[in-house]
Amino acid sequence: MAKELWKGNEAIAEAAIKAGCRFFFGYPITPQNEIPEYMSLRMPQVDGCFLQAESEVAAINMVYGAAGAGARVMTSSSSPGISLKQEGITYCAGAELPCVIVNIVRGGPGLGGIQPAQSDYFQATKGGGHGDYRLIVLAPASVQEAVDLVQQAFDMADQYRNPVMVMGDGMIGQMMEPVEFTEVEKRPLPEKTWATTGTKGERQTNVINSLFIDPAECEKHNHRLYEKYKAIENNETRVEKYNLDGAEIVFVAYGTTARIVKNAISALEKEGIKAGMIRPITLWPYPYKAIEEAAGLDSVKAFMAVEMSMGQMVEDVRLAAAGKKPVHFYGRTGGMVPTPKAVVEQAKMILGGVK
Amino acid sequence: MLNEKRVRIVTGHYGSGKTEFSVNYTFRLAEAGKKTAIVDLDIVNPYFRSRELEPQFNAKGVRVISSSVKGLSGDLPALSPEIYTVLQDTSYEVVLDVGGDKVGATALGRYHEYFDREPYDMLFVINANRHLTSTPEEAVRYLRAIETGSRQKVTALVNNTHLCSETRLEDIVRGQELAEKVSSMTGLPVKYIAAERKFADLLPAGMQGEIFPIDIHMKKPWED
Repeated sequence: MAKELWKGNEAIAEAAIKAGCRFFFGYPITPQNEIPEYMSLRMPQVDGCFLQAESEVAAINMVYGAAGAGARVMTSSSSPGISLKQEGITYCAGAELPCVIVNIVRGGPGLGGIQPAQSDYFQATKGGGHGDYRLIVLAPASVQEAVDLVQQAFDMADQYRNPVMVMGDGMIGQMMEPVEFTEVEKRPLPEKTWATTGTKGERQTNVINSLFIDPAECEKHNHRLYEKYKAIENNETRVEKYNLDGAEIVFVAYGTTARIVKNAISALEKEGIKAGMIRPITLWPYPYKAIEEAAGLDSVKAFMAVEMSMGQMVEDVRLAAAGKKPVHFYGRTGGMVPTPKAVVEQAKMILGGVK
Repeated sequence: MLNEKRVRIVTGHYGSGKTEFSVNYTFRLAEAGKKTAIVDLDIVNPYFRSRELEPQFNAKGVRVISSSVKGLSGDLPALSPEIYTVLQDTSYEVVLDVGGDKVGATALGRYHEYFDREPYDMLFVINANRHLTSTPEEAVRYLRAIETGSRQKVTALVNNTHLCSETRLEDIVRGQELAEKVSSMTGLPVKYIAAERKFADLLPAGMQGEIFPIDIHMKKPWED
């Protein structure tokens, strides 16, 4: 198929349909409205179900229901709406329900604004809802990557029986880029023998639940979940390493911020400064090892995390660098986007300081 | 070029590039020394709207009218009463940049009395690389939906086929074939072939419409 021009949100919705998603429950909020709008057009064409719920809380609980019945199901929202969904998300994690949640992040806190942001990093990767649980969090940096990751997200969710979040800043949802829909590599997936599909009198009843009367059982459940999370860490951590060879400064950035940083790296190169970048593609599991390795490189003098936030992912960069090299931060927030020029200036200031 | 009626309405699917076309058209009117206004009527897109270029327009003496709620984080479909000024004051040359799809086009409906009174031109921008407008039948269906939503009639077509930074000459040529098919199906002329300036001199002769060189103003944050 030839390349076409797609708006990020529409492309995400089409990718979900191509991945076999046949249930979508959502509630409108800018800047992700084109996802439910597109789903409302497309789902009837593929005998799927689109439903605009009465609230985000209702939508995520419909996701719980459909996932429990073994369906491929997705919901989408933006920051304030994702906050409302947190209870349902931890229930999905507790009951081990495969589903895909898209967060097209806008400025916060509170209602914030509708311009792009990355200030939901803590919420996505460090809990969000209550209890010991993990979401797989995928962070595309282009519309093409969003399309590829959304399709893979459904397989990951099914393989591990775990919710997967695709998190893009508002720019990912709103910008137009050339896209080619290609088949993603198929994984061998377990049969959903646990789904509540009706016993037909032939088997024991399946129960979807996250309640444990016996605390010892609940602890055991948590241990089992953490074995699963360990496997996800081992198998699914993804990262792009860019221009690290001989780099004096290593940027760490994800999503569209990484595109801005790449531009800054070219500008620095013209001034004779070698800079590289580590771009986490999975925000959980986080690519600690890639940063740890870069911290061990002789050429590297410092790290600089660049985010559309007041500094959230930078904490994971510090954890990984473990004091071997200094970690700096530059960010814009509330819907403001860093410029390549500002990133270049910050980098030069840092290098001037450590030289 | 630019010889449309005083009020130019620019419509099209989102992603067609109607905002980029509107912005270029507006700058060109201003450069021709006209008293120019651009009206950002986009109530459906939260990003990449012509109002983002307000400082650049102001520097060229162009009046920018958008939402009555100032600030880029407003997503209220609140149209400014100021819009009436440029519809009533006929000394202005006006470009109305209308949001994509028929829902976006409904914003135009409330001004239909003005358009009934004074002739206008409504340009429909086509990008053959966008789904829902990539075949002649689909493009005509989209055009008719926008006419219904806006209560106005399209008067001419603009071929603006592109793939952002990955546009090739053959995209524009293929888009022209589509636009000319739409033209023969609807009887509407292809008025402009909008193409990035670097392609303007390379386009083959004999195409319906005038070549309209485009300078990219609506940039992504990492684009120079």
